[in-house]
Amino acid sequence: MEESIKTKIEDLLKSNKVFLFMKGTPEQPQCGFSAGVVSVLKQLNIPFGSFNVLSDMGIREGIKEFTNWPTIPQLYVNGEFIGGHDITVQMANSGELQKKIS
Amino acid sequence: MTIPEIKKKIEDGLPGCQVEILDPYKDGVHIKAVVTYPEFAGKSLIEQHRLVYATLKEELKEEIHALALETRSQ
Repeated sequence: MEESIKTKIEDLLKSNKVFLFMKGTPEQPQCGFSAGVVSVLKQLNIPFGSFNVLSDMGIREGIKEFTNWPTIPQLYVNGEFIGGHDITVQMANSGELQKKIS
Repeated sequence: MTIPEIKKKIEDGLPGCQVEILDPYKDGVHIKAVVTYPEFAGKSLIEQHRLVYATLKEELKEEIHALALETRSQ
């Protein structure tokens, strides 16, 4: 991965305690799984930053390599990878997600 | 890529696992794999999902559009 992409990803992760790489924007998600994670975070009143990977091919591929995770969305808390859609939903249902963030 | 092909890929990659593929919208695209594999025991959800994704490494780049996962150790 190019160093500039890695740096950009790291800067994005530092920009917010909770950060979501997604397809589309929180207002207009472009994929059902991205929409699902946004919906979970909103329901729990968790503020988050986000990046639309459809706007940047370098980040779209780079984030998969960065975390060794082949799909998007990807949720991070304090720079730590939490999971994709299914894990996020599962952790929200068990209360683990809320614990990680509080 | 058909549902039986995806099922076989996961089964071949994780010997001894059981795979059920759900196709709730009957579109063959927005599918969910429920994978039961004893070796998931003691692993984090991230590690469990990574093991399944590893069996579909190439397919996830292009052919598979939307695969939800549920993993269980038993």
